[in-house]
Amino acid sequence: MSDNGFEPRIVGFLCNWCTYTAADSAGVGRMEQPPNVDIVRVMCSGRIDPAFILKAFVEGADGVIVSGCHPPGDCHYNNGNYKTFRRMPLLEALLQQYGIEPGRFHWGWISGAEAVKWAQLVRSFTEQVRALGPLEWKRELASKED
Amino acid sequence: MMDAGRHPNIKLMTYCEIEEVSGYVGSFKVKVRQRPRYVDIDLCTGCGACVEACVFRRGVPNEFDEGLSRRKGVYIPMNGQGVPMKAVIDEDACLFLDKGKCVKKCIEACPTNAINFDQKEEFVDLEVGAIVIATGFDKFDPGRLSAFGWGKSPDIIDGLQFERLSSATGPTQGEIVTKAGKKPERVAIIHCVGSRDSNANAYCSRVCCMAALKHAHLVRDKTGAEVFEFYMDIRAFGKGYEEFYERVQEEGVYFVRGRGAEVLVLADGRLQVKAEDTTLGIPVDINVDMVVLETAMEPQHDSDRVASLFGLSRSADGFFQEAHPKLRPFHTNTDGVFLAGACQSPKDVPDTVAHASAAAAECLSLISRGEVVISPTTAIVDEDLCSGCKTCLSLCPYSAISFVDRGETSGVAEINEALCKGCGTCVAACPAGAITARHFSDQQILAEIEGLFRILVSEGTEKELVPA
Repeated sequence: MSDNGFEPRIVGFLCNWCTYTAADSAGVGRMEQPPNVDIVRVMCSGRIDPAFILKAFVEGADGVIVSGCHPPGDCHYNNGNYKTFRRMPLLEALLQQYGIEPGRFHWGWISGAEAVKWAQLVRSFTEQVRALGPLEWKRELASKED
Repeated sequence: MMDAGRHPNIKLMTYCEIEEVSGYVGSFKVKVRQRPRYVDIDLCTGCGACVEACVFRRGVPNEFDEGLSRRKGVYIPMNGQGVPMKAVIDEDACLFLDKGKCVKKCIEACPTNAINFDQKEEFVDLEVGAIVIATGFDKFDPGRLSAFGWGKSPDIIDGLQFERLSSATGPTQGEIVTKAGKKPERVAIIHCVGSRDSNANAYCSRVCCMAALKHAHLVRDKTGAEVFEFYMDIRAFGKGYEEFYERVQEEGVYFVRGRGAEVLVLADGRLQVKAEDTTLGIPVDINVDMVVLETAMEPQHDSDRVASLFGLSRSADGFFQEAHPKLRPFHTNTDGVFLAGACQSPKDVPDTVAHASAAAAECLSLISRGEVVISPTTAIVDEDLCSGCKTCLSLCPYSAISFVDRGETSGVAEINEALCKGCGTCVAACPAGAITARHFSDQQILAEIEGLFRILVSEGTEKELVPA
């Protein structure tokens, strides 16, 4: 665990049926997790426009999580997660071109039954982003505008 | 079951499997595969003459008696008490259907000419408003845990085999006897076989403690044998259950607090149970004539297929997931599909009846309303912005988007709000930003993200939160 005193801000985009349910039961189950992740609920991970993730980084997020239902069959909307599956690798490549380290963006699958896995992800991802330090994107963007 | 079979408003379809489900609450289309039973169900009276006549004397293990007896190729399920009480021919056991040669005495014997070897499987299409999933459970195979000696002696039986042994309609007419036909003098009952065990299932199967106590009571009552119960905790949670536990204690059953660790077959054919008695703090070896394993309840082996057919999710233990563990215990995340009984989690009979009645009542209230309430979170197309590129059409999992051809000015996409479930995949993909997800619009989500990075300084004023 890196203890550099830095508290990262992380935005999590979660689908309503799987990962949001898992996050909810992690809370109900009193599982220990750091308070660094703010959750934005969407109905399906397929709703997540890659622009939302860029927007979160622009606004000052140090890390972003995207999580939905496990492929193949878990998606509440049959195959919305497949669209996420197609979009996120492209976005990953784009983020690297923008100079955002791969460790700041996580996308994956957590089912409604995997509250423990969610709590683990929150813990490990927060530590990972904490070790990377603050993302100075917002300040850099602001200085370029000046 | 009998009442359900007789009810004029209930159509019972047995020997069937669901092949396909489509549609939505209020209008599901279900394709059912009716397997051939080789008996005309309208003509069969359930007299059993064909079973008498069947020449396959050796037969196959009778699943209703948990393999303790044998049945013929043609049989009336549940030892003649099934619903509907009609004969069925088992394709794999019938000498004619399996091997192709038989004198077919059953045809001669049938007084109503109900037997028809030309039956083929059929597909039936149904349109229904609501669906209840009540697929039940599978019993744990104790062979998966080698310590219990499963299969090494015919006197190591599981709880359901014991039920058949003590049933008046069972293979011994209710006599509790060993395979050799003798009354046992000492019986061991082992709890939590496959439950509360990190090598099998982590969960408690709920019903086995009370079943084990009942079995101990039956052994004491019918044979007077000494009974040893190997348990970790007794979970007598229901109405009247704790009282029954006390009664069984008073009947002289020995309770050994400790998981049965090993069952051995001794040289003389008797059985030995090894365990640690944790109240005395000593290991114990107890020699018995019969061992009853109280096995776990497990999800049906094909519950993954059923889950994908109906769009259900399953919890970590493999049982179907309810919509909310406390407030919506028999609902699923698919509107109009409900759960009843042990397919959701292990349940005893009173809990199953309550669960199933609730699901049935919910279906009735849905039907009697005559209309369904759908979620307002659908997507809408702004016709002025839509360029008619058709990107969204192939993305929609519900085929809710159609293309309205406008001739020279290309055309626009149109969303059927009754079919749209509001996932928003089309919204994220629309290159023109012409589709809006109600309650999850781009503006709303972007504002939510912005809001995360602002703090309220004082009433009415906000400050941007810049990372330090």
